Amino acid sequence: MNDNLMVKEATYPARFMSKLTMGLPMSEYARKLVTPFNIVAAILLTVGLPLIGLRFWQGLATVTHASNEYPWSILLGWGLFSGVPLSGTGYVMATAVYIFGFRKYHPLVRLGVLTGFMGYLFAVIYLLIDIGRPWRIYYPMAVSFGPTSVLFLVAWHVATYLTVQLLEFSPAILEWIQARRTRKWAILITVAMTIAGVILSTLHQSALGALFLMAPGKLHPLWYSAFIPVFFFISSIYAGLCMVIAVSTIGARYLREKADDQFLENLDELTVGLGKAACIVMFVYFALRMIGVAHDDNWGLLLSSSYGYWFLAEVLLFVLLPCIVLTVGVKRDDARIVRAGAFHAIAGVVLTRLNISILMFNWNLPGHFQAIVPPAREVAIVLSIITLHVLIFRWILNRMPVMREDPAYLEDGH
Amino acid sequence: MEKPVKDAGNGSGRDERTGGGKGVNRRDFLRGVAVAGGAAFLGTPTDVQALHDLSGWPDRMGMLTDLTECVGCRSCEAACNAANRLPAPNAPFDEKSVFERKRRPTASAYTVVNRYENTKTPGNPIYRKVQCNHCEEPSCASACPVRAYTKTPEGPVLYNQDVCFGCRYCMVACPFYAPAYDYDSALEPKVVKCTMCHGRIKAGGIPACSGACPMGAITFGKRGTLLKVARDRIRKFPDRYVDQIYGEYEAGGTSWLYLSGVPFGQLDYPTNLPRKPIVENTKGFLSAVPLVLTLWPALLGLCYAANRNKEEKG
Repeated sequence: MNDNLMVKEATYPARFMSKLTMGLPMSEYARKLVTPFNIVAAILLTVGLPLIGLRFWQGLATVTHASNEYPWSILLGWGLFSGVPLSGTGYVMATAVYIFGFRKYHPLVRLGVLTGFMGYLFAVIYLLIDIGRPWRIYYPMAVSFGPTSVLFLVAWHVATYLTVQLLEFSPAILEWIQARRTRKWAILITVAMTIAGVILSTLHQSALGALFLMAPGKLHPLWYSAFIPVFFFISSIYAGLCMVIAVSTIGARYLREKADDQFLENLDELTVGLGKAACIVMFVYFALRMIGVAHDDNWGLLLSSSYGYWFLAEVLLFVLLPCIVLTVGVKRDDARIVRAGAFHAIAGVVLTRLNISILMFNWNLPGHFQAIVPPAREVAIVLSIITLHVLIFRWILNRMPVMREDPAYLEDGH
Repeated sequence: MEKPVKDAGNGSGRDERTGGGKGVNRRDFLRGVAVAGGAAFLGTPTDVQALHDLSGWPDRMGMLTDLTECVGCRSCEAACNAANRLPAPNAPFDEKSVFERKRRPTASAYTVVNRYENTKTPGNPIYRKVQCNHCEEPSCASACPVRAYTKTPEGPVLYNQDVCFGCRYCMVACPFYAPAYDYDSALEPKVVKCTMCHGRIKAGGIPACSGACPMGAITFGKRGTLLKVARDRIRKFPDRYVDQIYGEYEAGGTSWLYLSGVPFGQLDYPTNLPRKPIVENTKGFLSAVPLVLTLWPALLGLCYAANRNKEEKG
C-alpha cells in the first residue's frame, strides 16, 4: 500500500516499473501472476482475441449471428444494451455523495465511478467490433450530423460521458502517479462533472430505450411502450446501485488487501443503505412497467400466449422478486440478503435488455428463435472481452487508490 | 425538382429545407429540436410555417405493383441486376426453384420475387416483388445518426455510403426489412437497397424493373396519379382486388404502392404498422431532451446548494 515511500528516491524508469509491478521485483511479480484464475483468463483470451481479428479479416458474417433481419447481435445486446445500464454506477454514486450529500457513501464513490468508466469503455469496444467501419466512429460528432436520430444523441452522449467519467476518476490516477498539483484541478471540477454526468446519463440511458421506439412493428407489444425511455432510465438507477453492491462485494472478497479499514468496516452498513435505495427504485420501476401494460391496454396479452408468460416471468421473477429480497435484507439489516437481491436484480436488468434487443425483437418472424442463437465464435468473442474487462479492472484496483484512501490526500475528503 | 440530391452529407439539406417536403420538414423540425438540445452549432432554425405543411414533395414519383398481374417470370430481378451492375446470381434468373423458399433483398440483389399460395383461387400462385418501398417519410433516414439517407424530391430514398459507419440502425428502424448489409465485407461493408433507379428517373427514364415487366404489373408515375389509378382498378374490379392500397398509409405512406387479390397479411406484408410516420414515435422523447439539458443543472445545483448549507449548519 505504501510503496510510494520506498521508491521515492529511485530513478524515474525504476519508479515507473515499480508502479506497474506493485513494488515487487519483476521475477517475483511474474511468478505471482500464475494463478488458476489467470490461466482460465489466458485461455479465454487466446480463443477470443484471434476471432476479433477474424471479424476484421473476413467480415461480421464469419463471427456473429447478425443478419439482414437481425442487424444487432449479442455483441450489442450484451455489450451495449446490458453493459450501459450496469454502468450507471458512476452517476448514482457521485450524485448521492456530491449532490444529495450522503457523505457516508464516500468510500464507494471511486469504485462506482471506475465501474461506470470501465463499463462505458468496454461498451465502446463492443461497438468498435460490431460497427462496419469503426474508424468512422467519430463521424456523428464531426463529419455528418443526423440529429433526428436517437442514435445521434446516444453517440454524442456516450462519447462525452466517457470523457466526463475519465475526469471524475482522474484523481485516483493522479494520486497513483503522485501528481499532486494536477490532482487539485481535478478535484475542483467534481461537482460540475457530477451534474454533467447526471444529465448525460438521464438522456442516453433513456435514449437506449428510445432507439426501439423506431421499431413498433418488430418489438413485441408487451415490451414496446411509449414509456420505454423511462423504463430504461429508472432501471439504470437500480442497476447502478446493485452493481456497486456486487462489485464492492467481489472487491472486498478477492482484493481485500487493496481495501482500507474504512471501506471494509463500513461495507455492510453501506450495502444495506444502497439496497434500501435500490428497492425503492425497483418498486417504482415495477409500478411503471405495470402502468406500461395498462397504458397500451395489453392486459389481454398477459395470459393469452407464451410471450405473456415470459413477460410475467420477467417482471415478477426478475423485478418484483429481487426487489422483495432486497426489502427483506434491508428490514433485517442483513447485508448478505441484500447482496443476493442485488445480484438477482442485475440478472433481471440484463434479461430485460436482452428481451428487448434480441429475444422479443422480430418475435413475429418465422424461425425467430433459431435465428437469434449466437454462434460459438460470437460467444467466445464476448467471453474474451469480459475477461479483458475483468483483468483491466483488477489491474487498476491493484494499483490505484479506489477501495482505499491514499493517506497523503486525506485532507480534502475526495 | 430543381437540383439533384444525391446524398445527405454535402449540403443537400438546404434543398430539403426550402423544398416544402412533407417528411423532410418534420425531420427538420426534429433536427431543430435536437440542435437546440445538444449541438447548437449545427444549423439555422427552420421555417416555422413549413412545420404545418405536411403535403410532401409536390411531384414525387411512385411505383404501383399489381400483384394480380405478376406471373413470377423474374424479368424485373434480371433487369435490376443488369441496370445496377450487381453480381451475377447463383441460379439464373429463369430458374423457378428459387421460389421454394422465401427470399429477401440482399447485398447482391435489390429486389426479389417470392411465391405464395393463393387462398382465393388455389393452384394459381401469387407472386410478390420485394424491394425498398421508398417511404414518404423514411424511418431509415430519421434513424441514421450521420444522415446517410435522403428522400429526394423525385421520390426515391437514397443511401450514401461515404458517411456510413455501419451501425445498422436503419435496418432496425425499417418496418419493411428492406435494407441489406454486406456482412461478408471485412473493411468496407455498406448498406444495399433499391434506388428506384434514381439516375434513370432524373434522366427522364423509368426504373428498370418497371420497363422489363412483360405483364405491365409495375407502373411508374406520379404517386398521386398512381393512387387514382389504383382506386379506379379497385372500383372497376371489386372481385379482383381487396379494397386496400398497401403503401397509401403504412408507416406514413410509401412511394411504392401495391394492389392484391388476397389480404396483404397472407403475403407477409407487415400489417401491424402505424399509419403515421414512425419517426413520430420518437418525437416526444427528443422534445424532452432540451428540457432535461436545461432543467437538470438547475435542479441538481439547487440540491447541491441545499445540502451544502445543511452540512455547514450541522
